[in-house]
Amino acid sequence: MTALDDTQATAPGSVPLRVQLRRAERITKLKYLGLIAPLAIFLAVTFLWPIGALLWHSVDNPEVVEALPETTKLLRSWDRKALPDEAVFAAFARDLAAAHGNPALAGAAKRLNMERSGFRSQLMNTGRKLRVEAGQSAKAAVLAADARWGEVSSWQALARNSTPFTAFYLLAALDHKIADDGSIVHADPDQTIYVEILLRTLWMSVIVTLISLALAYPLAYLLATIPSKSSNLLMIMVLLPFWTSVLVRVAAWIVLLQNEGPINRALVGLGIVDEPLQLVFNRLGVYIAMVHILLPFAVLPLYSVMKGISPSYVRAAVSLGSPPFRSFWKIYFPLTLPGIGAGGLLVFILSMGYYITPALLGSPREQMASYFVAFYVNETTNWGMAAALSTILLAATLVLYIIYSRYFGPARVNQVAPR
Amino acid sequence: MGQDAGDGLISFRGVQKTYDGEILIVRDLNLEVRRGEFVTLLGPSGSGKTTCLMMLAGFETPTAGEIRLGGRVINKVPPHQRNMGMVFQNYALFPHMTVAENLAFPLAARKLAKPDITEKVARALAMVRMEAFATRFPQQLSGGQQQRIALARALVFNPEVVLMDEPLGALDKQLREHMQLEIKHIHESLGVTVVFVTHDQGEALTMSNRIAVFNHGIIQQCDVPSQLYEEPANAFVASFIGENNALAGTVESAGDGLCQVRLADGSAILARQGDAGGPGSAATVSIRPERVELDDAVAGDPNRLPAAVREMIYLGDHVRVRMEVAGNTNFVAKVPISHVSPAMTVGAAMTVGLPAAHLRAFASP
Ligand SMILES: Nc1ncnc2c1ncn2[C@@H]1O[C@H](COP(=O)(O)OP(=O)(O)OP(=O)(O)O)[C@@H](O)[C@H]1O
Ligand SMILES: [Mg+2]
Repeated sequence: MTALDDTQATAPGSVPLRVQLRRAERITKLKYLGLIAPLAIFLAVTFLWPIGALLWHSVDNPEVVEALPETTKLLRSWDRKALPDEAVFAAFARDLAAAHGNPALAGAAKRLNMERSGFRSQLMNTGRKLRVEAGQSAKAAVLAADARWGEVSSWQALARNSTPFTAFYLLAALDHKIADDGSIVHADPDQTIYVEILLRTLWMSVIVTLISLALAYPLAYLLATIPSKSSNLLMIMVLLPFWTSVLVRVAAWIVLLQNEGPINRALVGLGIVDEPLQLVFNRLGVYIAMVHILLPFAVLPLYSVMKGISPSYVRAAVSLGSPPFRSFWKIYFPLTLPGIGAGGLLVFILSMGYYITPALLGSPREQMASYFVAFYVNETTNWGMAAALSTILLAATLVLYIIYSRYFGPARVNQVAPR
Repeated sequence: MGQDAGDGLISFRGVQKTYDGEILIVRDLNLEVRRGEFVTLLGPSGSGKTTCLMMLAGFETPTAGEIRLGGRVINKVPPHQRNMGMVFQNYALFPHMTVAENLAFPLAARKLAKPDITEKVARALAMVRMEAFATRFPQQLSGGQQQRIALARALVFNPEVVLMDEPLGALDKQLREHMQLEIKHIHESLGVTVVFVTHDQGEALTMSNRIAVFNHGIIQQCDVPSQLYEEPANAFVASFIGENNALAGTVESAGDGLCQVRLADGSAILARQGDAGGPGSAATVSIRPERVELDDAVAGDPNRLPAAVREMIYLGDHVRVRMEVAGNTNFVAKVPISHVSPAMTVGAAMTVGLPAAHLRAFASP
């Protein structure tokens, strides 16, 4: 009878029970939230925010608007064909008078100088000289201060920067610019270096990725197939490079590869070559060091994929009459594609951002996009160009990632066979 | 026992195998498999069955001895040239290929023409009644369906021999029994030679023409299922296949295929000579539970022993009576329901008869 009493006692309590359950679940959920909150906050601060700032800086264009607020406001509705009218000149004179001695004017001058060399002095000079006498028109006064204000293109350059956002940096990072008539054209030949640098960055990353994969594949295969006792030792050796800093390893490579280094001395000593080979401060040295540093990133994903492939697949293929190499190529290799994709993507993305290794081991012709990002940040404080180059790199990486996930993405790992 | 008949297709002769140079996993394997036969290697885990199959398939090389296929020594033939179909325990269907592509794989490896391949794949799928699944990927199939595809793939290129290593191990009991019959029927209709590995004796008895019972790397007995059950060659086979009652004792005298054994409790019984040694050697007499006779049937039997009933389990058509006999507390008799008398109750003292024709004396293991 007690059992029956028990069930009756809980039956009316079923609603509070549900509420109780929900309360208990809410507490668990809060606990989980609490557990991931530090990471989420950390990621937001160190990842999302910088990327947001990066995208922002690549289009941000505050200098001219800040220094010449009235002029830029009027120029926004200007037709950009003939010289602007007297009202604009008057506003310009007022703006300049207000901005005199203000660092904002210097910022605007620096910014405008990017559009047209000589613009810095044109603006600063005008700011210094301009005096609007009573009864004199503002236009005449401005032209008297600097005759170049009589050219439409001066005003067109100002008008291009009359909005707080600009495509200037992004276009410059792709060797393009906005012409005076507002159309997008190729930049001047002496300023087109970025496309070449971006292509070089891509190309060098592709080569490093291919070499890394070619070296990593047999190594990962060995690791995945030999008994775990020996594979553990080998794995430690693969991970060994992680134990020393990149800088130390780069320095070690310089010592090893230089003309008087042990490798060249051995080659010359053995009579294999007459002259020391140029192994460093060129592309070869950069490739050697980058592959060395990035190899573990190719080995690890490949290893984990290979570890999960049962040896019975290849055995089955061989038992079905397929010779060993064909079995490898038709069965084993396709099953390792997710590892190749993941390892390749990882190495590629890391290579795209390489800076120290090419900077120390390469000649000027080996410098990759990151070098120029660093240059703009450290040397010329041109945040716009640094951010634009980074944005292009980020976009290239994203495009690659999208291609990767289309062909190797999680949904395809087990069910590849698009045909 | 293995026959050196002219139609022997596969033969193992004095084959040995060691992995570490110390322990012989296969000690001395001599086995003939005739063309079209279904031979099962049966034995406990670790007894070397898979190793034997792998040597036959070519994935392991024998340390000593030779393996012949159709009279030709194949020890050095690489596995892909042996033309043997193989079904693996985990099926090993290629996950990145559809069912049809899996089946086409061995045919493409043999460079058959496209239309030929299509036709053979269709026929193989029909054989295992899986026509509707040709375009599916393996992981979209149930365990039993994958099993069928693995079987079809091993048969699609008309191999001389099909090897199967516990192919039904991963299936549930009902499906396993169904597949046993299905494989048996396919074997019968195709006439292909099958070497099958299992540690499930019921499976072996259901499917095989002959069963080779393995233990410790040696074939203990190789015979047709009924002979294995009725005429086990030694104590291991007697206890491994079917149920068995064993009583320990010492041989007193032997001769004429019969021997006298003195049991631990002092009683003497007469049994057929199995592989027991001469007078003075330790022996085990063994009898199947359904051959044990109780009380009234016992009258004329010279082998009579006192027994105490410990437990009775009613199983519908028969009753399992567990008794203590000559020191063995786990002595079981299966009594047909028509022979159960009211006197049989737990704790009752009875007399069991052990007909000498079904009682065998084996060397103690
Ligand atoms: N590659 C190997 N290297 C070393 N020892 C092995 C290897 N393969 C099998 N063995 C050993 O050989 C013995 C027999 O193994 P085998 O796989 O032939 O047994 P089995 O009869 O198939 O058992 P099961 O029924 O469990 O599959 C085992 O003790 C096993 O540990
Ligand atoms: Mg096995």
